[in-house]
Amino acid sequence: MRSSSGVKVGLILLLAPLFLWLFLLVILPHVDMFAVSMRTRVAPRVYELSLENYAAFFTEPVYWRTFMRTAVMSILATFLTLLIGFPVAYYISKMLRGRLKATAFVFCMLPFWVSELVRTYGWMILLRESGVLSSVLQWAGIASGPVEMLYNDVAIMVGLVYTSMLFMVVPLITTMDSLDDSLIEAGYDLGGNGFTVMREVIIPHAMPGIVSGCIVVFMLTLGNYLTPVLLGGKDSLWFTEMIYDQFITRFNWELGSAFGFLLLALSSAIVWLGLRLSRQSLSEAMT
Amino acid sequence: MSTSSIVLETVKVTKRFGDFVAVDEVSLAIPSGSFFSILGPSGCGKTTLMRMIAGFLEPTSGDIFINGKSVLDVPPNHRPVNMVFQHLALFPMMSVADNIAYGLRRRSVPKSEIAQKVREILDRVGLPDAGPKQINQLSGGQKQRIAIARCLVLTPDVLLLDEPLGALDLKLREHMKVELKQLQHEFGTTFVYITHDQSEALVMSDQVAVMNAGRFDQVGSPQELYFDPKTAFVAGFVGDTNRWSGRIDTVDAGTLQLVSNDGFRLLGHMASGQSLQPGAPADIFVRPEAIIIAREAGQLGDIANRMSGRVTSVLFNGANSRIIVHDSASDSEIFAALPQTGEFSDLSKGQEVHLGWSADKAVVFASRNHDRN
Repeated sequence: MRSSSGVKVGLILLLAPLFLWLFLLVILPHVDMFAVSMRTRVAPRVYELSLENYAAFFTEPVYWRTFMRTAVMSILATFLTLLIGFPVAYYISKMLRGRLKATAFVFCMLPFWVSELVRTYGWMILLRESGVLSSVLQWAGIASGPVEMLYNDVAIMVGLVYTSMLFMVVPLITTMDSLDDSLIEAGYDLGGNGFTVMREVIIPHAMPGIVSGCIVVFMLTLGNYLTPVLLGGKDSLWFTEMIYDQFITRFNWELGSAFGFLLLALSSAIVWLGLRLSRQSLSEAMT
Repeated sequence: MSTSSIVLETVKVTKRFGDFVAVDEVSLAIPSGSFFSILGPSGCGKTTLMRMIAGFLEPTSGDIFINGKSVLDVPPNHRPVNMVFQHLALFPMMSVADNIAYGLRRRSVPKSEIAQKVREILDRVGLPDAGPKQINQLSGGQKQRIAIARCLVLTPDVLLLDEPLGALDLKLREHMKVELKQLQHEFGTTFVYITHDQSEALVMSDQVAVMNAGRFDQVGSPQELYFDPKTAFVAGFVGDTNRWSGRIDTVDAGTLQLVSNDGFRLLGHMASGQSLQPGAPADIFVRPEAIIIAREAGQLGDIANRMSGRVTSVLFNGANSRIIVHDSASDSEIFAALPQTGEFSDLSKGQEVHLGWSADKAVVFASRNHDRN
């Protein structure tokens, strides 16, 4: 009896930090936010239980349109990141060996030793009207005057893909490292070409990595604030900006909380739908 | 097949990696429908040679012909050659049937025909119900058969097998040896089998090439390799053998007298193709089963070579039992096979025995690396 209760106490102590973290930093704030989102102010310091904040999201077109725009752009950014990240990961995990492989991997990570803010400013230096690209174009005679490349959707997309690349490449390299080279060779040996081996052998094997990479990138992109604000300027219309607006500018915590919850619910719904469409399960993708 | 045509031929194929010569001017010709093994220790270049035949590596020089046509410009997916990989490389993301159908789908065979062929081949390898199973549901031997079926369904001209039995346990390996030979016989496909296990090569093959340091030392039937080795390496590598190094003392019409490094006099005959002069460093090889065991020195008669010593171990293994005898005069260990009559079944450690063998059972080679031994 003594030893089994001892094991139990040990287990509880071990798990205590996790539960405390989950409870204090995740569950408690969300419960409070949910309570705030479900009330409206009827008079100073007088609140009533209502769904008005949630109704506002659906009745005011600018809110849900911004959300849809954010979601579509995030899906596109995730897709582009996958499209660029997959060959990079394949090259690092399958074509390179030993020291070269480690070096390439470090080069992939290098930009992430700098804060996101600095990285984004780096893009601004390149893209702005008086920036590097604009000057090069003028010097080459392709453009007659300064070209503004910042503050549009393409700039946002470039920034988002760049910021997310590591989170796609790392899970892809990990899954593709576990693919035995002889499977690829067998794919060719039995008559396959590059395309069919990719479709029938490599992609099915890398699917868990693709799914987990896509989920992480999608969530990070959807919840990104810095990149759309800095690269997209005033018209970027990113949903996180709306939440920021409500909390900080309008001081409407009720609506801000409701937006926060809607972001959580809708992004979860999109991930769920994505998993269903690709016939993958979350537990498979995370192991 | 009355006249066996050559299905696979390599002409002076060489592969260098930097300064290292992995395969050194290897020429071979394999008749259609035969079971050909390439036997050699790890690192001898056999896998490199096989990968060149499959098309995954390009030879530095030389040429490879399949059915009389050079295939150097043909990529692996278009060569009429399929390979069973060392770890089989079955696709874990597909069912057994899809694994077998993979190659047929690449050839755009109609769906109904694919299903038919998959069923047929599963029947022939004795796993008619395995089609819908996943790869991880199969046992080691079943995986083996599926990996072979996956290649044979494409009716290749040559099937390459890269030590496919290596991962199996001993019992299953013995069983699969027989089964592989039977499969090869039933399908009539040319098998080129790579192994470092001499018993696999001897049991299954029509022809064996013994490979050492990038070269073929000898190509021949298992019997030729065992009873008439052409080089010291083949004599030492194929089958178990006792070996002494020394110097040639006298040469008399093929019968040699060798003084071993321990100062021991041994009689043997010159291996075919060798020419040895007195004073030349040489190795003498004697098979354990060529050694006659006796309890009394007189029972050996006037046999050419004799030694005596105490039994240090009895290695009982049924019909294949042996003893190790320590010869005090030459301070060497000798392996001798026990006769299957059971005459010496009561022999135990520490007993004194007398060993003898005739000169024609001891074969002598010029020693190539006697400094190392």
